[in-house]
Amino acid sequence: MSETLDKPTVLNVVGTRPIRPDGADKVTGRATYGADYNMPGQLVGRILRSPHAHARIVSIDASRARALPGVKAVVTSADFPDLASEMHDGGEAASNLRDLSLNVMARGKVLYDGHAVAAVAAVSAAVAEEALSRIKVIYETLPHVIDVEPAMSPDAPVLHDHMFTEGLETPPTTASNIAKRHKNVRGDVDAAFATADVIVEDRYVTQAVHQGYIEPQACVAAWAEDGRCEVWSSSQGQFMVRTYCAKVLGLEISDIRVTPAEIGGGFGGKTTVYLEPVALALSRASGHPVKMVMTREDVFRATGPTSGAVMHVKLGALSDGTITAATVELKFQAGAFPGSPVGAACMTALACYDIANFTIVGWDVVTNTPKTAAYRAPGAPIAAFAVESAVDDLARKLGMDPIALREKNAVRDGTKAAYGPTFQNIGYLETLAAIRDSDHYKSPLKPNQGRGVAVGFWFNVGGESTAAIHISEDGSAAVVTGNPDIGGSRASMAMMAAETLGVPVERVRPMIGDTASIGYSMLTGGSRTTFATGMAVVQAAEKVILDLRQRVAKLWEVSVDHVVWRMGQAECIDPAKPDKKPMTLAALAAQSGRTGGPISAQVTLNAQGAGPGFAVHVCDLEVDPETGHTSVVRYTAAQDVGRAIHPSYVEGQIQGGVAQGVGWALNEAYIFDRDGRMENAGFLDYRMPVASDLPMLDTIMIEVPNPKHPFGAKGVGEVPIVPPLAAVANAMRGAIGLRMSSLPLSPPAVLAALDSRKG
Amino acid sequence: MSKIHITTTVNGDPAEFLASPGMTLLDALRDELGLTGAKEGCGSGDCGACSVMLDGRLVCSCLVLAPEVEGCRVETIEGMAQGGQLHPLQQKFLEHAALQCGFCTPGLLVAAKALLDAHPDPTEVEARYWLAGNLCRCTGYDKIIRAVMDAAAELRQERAA
Amino acid sequence: MAHVVVGSDCWPFTGGTSTFDVEAATVRELITALDVQFPGLGDFIDKRMAFAIDGEIHQDAWFSTIGPASEVYLIPKIGGG
Repeated sequence: MSETLDKPTVLNVVGTRPIRPDGADKVTGRATYGADYNMPGQLVGRILRSPHAHARIVSIDASRARALPGVKAVVTSADFPDLASEMHDGGEAASNLRDLSLNVMARGKVLYDGHAVAAVAAVSAAVAEEALSRIKVIYETLPHVIDVEPAMSPDAPVLHDHMFTEGLETPPTTASNIAKRHKNVRGDVDAAFATADVIVEDRYVTQAVHQGYIEPQACVAAWAEDGRCEVWSSSQGQFMVRTYCAKVLGLEISDIRVTPAEIGGGFGGKTTVYLEPVALALSRASGHPVKMVMTREDVFRATGPTSGAVMHVKLGALSDGTITAATVELKFQAGAFPGSPVGAACMTALACYDIANFTIVGWDVVTNTPKTAAYRAPGAPIAAFAVESAVDDLARKLGMDPIALREKNAVRDGTKAAYGPTFQNIGYLETLAAIRDSDHYKSPLKPNQGRGVAVGFWFNVGGESTAAIHISEDGSAAVVTGNPDIGGSRASMAMMAAETLGVPVERVRPMIGDTASIGYSMLTGGSRTTFATGMAVVQAAEKVILDLRQRVAKLWEVSVDHVVWRMGQAECIDPAKPDKKPMTLAALAAQSGRTGGPISAQVTLNAQGAGPGFAVHVCDLEVDPETGHTSVVRYTAAQDVGRAIHPSYVEGQIQGGVAQGVGWALNEAYIFDRDGRMENAGFLDYRMPVASDLPMLDTIMIEVPNPKHPFGAKGVGEVPIVPPLAAVANAMRGAIGLRMSSLPLSPPAVLAALDSRKG
Repeated sequence: MSKIHITTTVNGDPAEFLASPGMTLLDALRDELGLTGAKEGCGSGDCGACSVMLDGRLVCSCLVLAPEVEGCRVETIEGMAQGGQLHPLQQKFLEHAALQCGFCTPGLLVAAKALLDAHPDPTEVEARYWLAGNLCRCTGYDKIIRAVMDAAAELRQERAA
Repeated sequence: MAHVVVGSDCWPFTGGTSTFDVEAATVRELITALDVQFPGLGDFIDKRMAFAIDGEIHQDAWFSTIGPASEVYLIPKIGGG
C-alpha cells in the first residue's frame, strides 16, 4: 500500500507550522500586488469591449479618440500579427495561440459581450474613458447562443466557419459549434446493463462559474526604444506571460522580462494573459509605460469562467453493490474558442471506481460566452457532481451506506484507472475509512437536515522547475524559484531547504525570481509547486551539501566519504581522525572564498511521477422549508496529501477548495439576459460564500507518501474542490427527500423543488 | 474641472492631496498618498478589500468620495502595526495561517479590529456576521475566524492585566 | 516489446486501432516508432500526449525508460488550475 522512504524519520522542520516568510509584508499592506506597482511616466490603459454577444466588426474608427488631447495611443487587432493556428505549450495544457490572440483582441468578429475590440493609453483614467467613448465601432449583430445544448443543435448560429468536429468516426463536412468529441470505452456496457440488478439514470445541469479571485488582473508594461520590454504582472506564471506576449506580439522571448507581482488569487484563472500583450502594444505605440487594471465587471465579462454543462449518467449494479456498467455523457461550454476542460472531465469522471464496463463521451462546444479558463481541477468538479449524485442515488436504491458502496468499488494500488494507467501508492481507501470512522459521520442529524457524501480525484502534475540556493557569508540561505506563491508555497520551499540543509527555517529566505533571474519554471498550478519545485529545491540543497563536504574533506585531508552532513554541520567519520571538530554551515560560509568561491547551486528538472490525490467529503445541510435558504452546518474533508510539508497551508488548501465548491453548489452562476449579456457581473449578485455562510471546515489529512518526492509530498491544491458540489447536492437530497440535479441549489430553486413535491 | 485640495489625518499624521471631485477615497489613498494596502476588489462596496476606518467607523473606501474626508480621521492597514510591533490581530493571522494569497487580508484586519474595538468578546457567529462584508476566496474563513477569536482572547487578557 | 494503448484522440492516425506492440526503450524511441507506422502520429503525440509507463505518468520526457515488457498508456496531457 505504501512504500517507505529512505529519509530520516525524524523531521525537524517539515511538518511543523512556522510563520510564513512573507507574513509581515502581507499583514501590513506592504506586499505589492499587480495594481500596486507604478512606473514613472506611465499612462493608463483601458479596453473597449463589445456590447454584443456575437457580431461582425464592420469598421472601427478611432480618429476622434486619437485626436483627444492626452491620448497617446490607440490599438486594435491591426496592431497585432495575424497568427496562424498553432498549438503551444506555453501554459499548462496546450493552447491554440491564434485563439489566444483573438481572445486578447478581436479580429473580424466579436464572440461574446465583453470581447476586447480596441484599447487606448492616455494620461489619466478620465481621458482614457473619454477616448473609449469616442471610438466608433460599427457592428453587424448576429444571432447568438449561450447554452451548450442549443449550441450543439444543427440550426444553432455558428461561431467559427471552419470548425469541423474532431474525434468523430466520420469527419463532418458542415461547420458547427462542436469542436471535439472525446470517447473512452471499456468492456461492453450494453451487455452489463442488461444483466444489472439495479439501474439509476439522470440528467444533470451546471452553470458557468468564475474562479472569483478577489484581485482583478493588473499589469504594467514598458516597451523601451531598443525593443526591450519589461512587464510587471500578477499571474500564475511569469514565464507563461513572457511566452504568450512574445507569441501574440511576434517578439523574441529574449526581448521580454516579466517580473511576477504578488498575486491575489488565481485558481487557474490567471494561467493565461488578457492585458499584458495589449499593454505592451500600447506602450510600443505611445513610447511610455502603460498600466492596465481590470474592473470587477471586466473580470466577469471578459476573463474565463469554467464551463456550464449538461450531463447524463447511467449506472448499473448487482444487488451486492458491484457497479458493473456506467455511461457518462458530458457536454461542456467552451466559451468563444475551443478548449473546455471536458477532456479532463472524461478522464476523472469514473477515476475513483473500478468498473469493468463503461462508455464516457465528452463534447467540447463553443458558445457566445467568455473563453473558459482553467478553474481548480478543471472539469473534474463538474463531472463529479453528476457521477457522485448518481452513485448516491444508487446507494439509496441498493439500500447501501454510501461509503460502503464506494469502498466496494474503490480503486486501489494495482487497479487500472478508468483513464488508463495503473494506480500505485494511492491513499483512497484510507481516506474513505477516515470519513467512515469520523465523529462527523456518526453524529445524529436534526430536523430539516441532510447529510451527503462525495469523493473526488485529481491527477496532479509535475513539470519543469528550476531552483537555486545561495549561501551568504553568514551561513544563511536564499532559495530562488520561479513559481508565484498563490497558497503559501514560499513557506514550504524554505522549509524543505531548511530541513535538507539542517538549519533553522528562519535562516532561509525564499525568493521568487523574474524571468531573467531564475531558470525556466512551469507556472504555479496543477498542484505542482510543492511537488516539482520542492523537488528541485531539495536537490539544490543536496548539491550545496555535496560541495560543502568536498571542501571540508580537503580541509581535514580525509576522503569525502568520511564527511557526513548532519544537523547543519559537517562531521568527520574517519576513524583515523577522531579529533576533527564539526564545522557548521556558517563557519564554512565565512571562509568560502578561500575554499573555492561562493557556495551556490542550481538544479533544473522536469518532475515526473506526481502522485494523484483522492478526497472524501461529508457535508451536513440544514434547509429552511419556508424560504429555501440552506446552511452548511458541518463539513469534514479527508484527503490523501502524501506528506503535509506545512500542515496549516495544506489545511488551508482543503478549506479553500471546499468553500469554492460550496459556493458553486449553492449560489454561484453566470446569468445571461436575452441579448447574451451577463446580468450579474459583480460580487453583489454573483454570490460567493461569505464568513457567515460557512461553519468551521474540518480537515483530515491522510499521509500515504509519494516515493517520488523527497518528503513524500503529493499535490493538494485541486482535489478539494472536486467533491463539494455533489456532497452538498447529496445532503440536499437527504434534507428535502428530492433529488435536485441542476445547480445552483439557490433558495428559489429549492423552494420550487419543495413546491413540486406538494403539488 | 479643477481639483480640490483636501487636508485630512491618516493614521494619526496630517496628510493632504489634490482630488478630482469624483475620486474615491480608495484612489486617493492608493494613487495620491501611496498607501496601497487598501485594495480594489470590486469598486462597488461588495468585497471589503478596501476597508478603512473613517472617524472611527468601518467603511468601504471605494464608496467614499475623497473630498468627503476633509478634516476627518482616516485609519488604514498601514497604521495597525505600531512602532515596529504587529498588532495582536496581525500576529494571530500569521500564527493561524489565516491568509493564503493575502489580498483580502488588509481589509479583513481593519474590519476585525473594528469588531474587537467595539465588541471585545464576540461569539463565533457574531464574528462571522461582522466579517460577512469581507470576501475571501482562498481560506474558507475557518482560520480567519480562529485568528480573530484568539486575538480577542489575548486582547481581553491584556486589558485585564 | 512494450504494450502500447492509445485513445480516441489518435484514431484519425491509426484508423481506429488502439493497441500495439512496439520496440522502444525510451519515450523518444516510442514516438519515432509510432510515427514510422502511422505518419504524423509521432508529432501529434509528442505535442499532445502524456505517457503512463507501468502506471507512472511521464509528460514531456523523451528519455524516460520503457522496459521490455512495459505497459504504456497514452493519455492527453494533463494541466490544472
